Amino acid sequence: MRATARTYSNAPGPARSREEGFDAERARRDFPILGQLVRERPLVYLDNAATTQKPQVVIDALTRYYEKENANIHRGVHFLSERATEEYENARKTAQRFLNAADAGEIIFVRGATEAINLVAQSYGRTHVGAGDEVLITAMEHHSNIVPWQILCEQQGARLQVAPINDRGELLLDELEKRLGPRTRMVAVTHVSNALGTINPVRRIVELAHSRGIPVLLDGAQAAPHLPVDVQALDCDFYVFSGHKVYGPTGIGILYGKAALLDAMPPYQGGGEMILSVTFEKTVYNKPPQRFEAGTPHIAGAIGLGAALDYVSGLGIAAIGAHECALLDYATGQLGAIAGVRLIGTAAEKAGVLSFVMDRVHAHDVGTILDSEGIAIRTGHHCAQPVMQRFGVPATARASFALYNTREEVDALVRGIDKVRGIFAQ
Amino acid sequence: MSDLGDLYQELILEHNNAPRNFRPMATGAQAEGFNPLCGDHFTIYLDMDGDVIRDVSFQGSGCAISKASASMMTQSVKGKTKAQAEELFSQFHRLVTGQAAGSGAESQLGKLVVFAGVSEFPVRVKCASLAWHTLRAALEGKQSSISTE
Repeated sequence: MRATARTYSNAPGPARSREEGFDAERARRDFPILGQLVRERPLVYLDNAATTQKPQVVIDALTRYYEKENANIHRGVHFLSERATEEYENARKTAQRFLNAADAGEIIFVRGATEAINLVAQSYGRTHVGAGDEVLITAMEHHSNIVPWQILCEQQGARLQVAPINDRGELLLDELEKRLGPRTRMVAVTHVSNALGTINPVRRIVELAHSRGIPVLLDGAQAAPHLPVDVQALDCDFYVFSGHKVYGPTGIGILYGKAALLDAMPPYQGGGEMILSVTFEKTVYNKPPQRFEAGTPHIAGAIGLGAALDYVSGLGIAAIGAHECALLDYATGQLGAIAGVRLIGTAAEKAGVLSFVMDRVHAHDVGTILDSEGIAIRTGHHCAQPVMQRFGVPATARASFALYNTREEVDALVRGIDKVRGIFAQ
Repeated sequence: MSDLGDLYQELILEHNNAPRNFRPMATGAQAEGFNPLCGDHFTIYLDMDGDVIRDVSFQGSGCAISKASASMMTQSVKGKTKAQAEELFSQFHRLVTGQAAGSGAESQLGKLVVFAGVSEFPVRVKCASLAWHTLRAALEGKQSSISTE
């Protein structure tokens, strides 16, 4: 079964006035976990940048697979294997449509955005980045888009270059351009910052890099749940995202790569599925995407992710983004008005992430006190320690929005922050 | 049901606002402690007179629980021997992990019993014990920094 079909205009118009076009209260009912009490209070789940909750259609897809379809794929001649293979490959086509990729063969199932970046760094990177070459990232990257490149640079004797950001958390595009040099072999940039919410001008970044013949990887972990993504319009070479941040299961994610690049890339891992023939003398590798899917994959996860992508597409990703944007505006106004609260990340173009610090109160204490009110937020460095260093804070508190969040939940957050102030005012 | 008031006791909040012995010391042993989970980072400084802690201080940043714990720890172990400080840490650890009431005749915890509420918040045990782990590293003269992870 597909997600409940709903009709929303998905014209990507001015987002801020479109909140009324989306029924978050109705969508909430699709998520069984949201109905529960936490700490004897209604759960207010604002940790969506860490992971999103799952709609019933995703839970049902997982259950149905294990109850009725479970079999290994691509190798059985029996009924169940054929059926599981078909479902798995249908999920690949769903992901292809979700990203508007030219071909389903450009969609590789991986464990998540982290594995996707590691795959590109080790497969593409080790064949194209040599001693003295450079990889360019930005100062707002998640550790997942820093460490794989550091490992590659160490292996190859290459250098990691970092484009800086300003005090609002915006990428300095001219500084990025200055760092596109004759030795730059790869640009890896986040589409949306997990710690700051900044939406990067990725189309422009791709143009700048391509004009110098440099490929671009976009980390879409925080973008895919909130913005329409069209990899052909972006013209990026690689695009990665995690299923669990877009209402799908954990342990499954997508690597998109342009066919011409994937075709020329060596395998990332060896094993079953990724081969055409094996002798002890010589192994012939399979074509993409199978070449990069060694071993039995997370079949149920892929099917669950397909159901999740159908679900968000049914609601309309632009409508979801507009709803979250309106919530962000409301929350920015509400929190910005509280004395002693400072927002970290105030870019002009932002997705639904609100990072903040409070005078004389550590983020961890904010998190514990909000939790006592049933409010779940993230506290800490958000796996982006260089961002924390850039803003001179040890940690932030972060509220991040999803399609099912409401203004009432923002109000609960504000009341929770008042409680924090009350306790620490003593 | 864990009660927030048990965690954020007045004395803890007061030490968080005005930590005692919050200064570096140039001489003697020191050790660094990290909690990578939440970014807490403290340095403990020791001035030993043989086996006795003549002076102890700390610097760094962290949540109210970790900072107040470091502050009150420095007060509690000053003038104690290494073995006495170790014993106090064991008692403190049992207190914050809910294995002791902290009020028995053998308890030397004194004011440190205000941290009893931490046992209701398992994720905060690391916050309360970070300074103590770091003190132990400094007492043992370990050069490398320690981590709660």
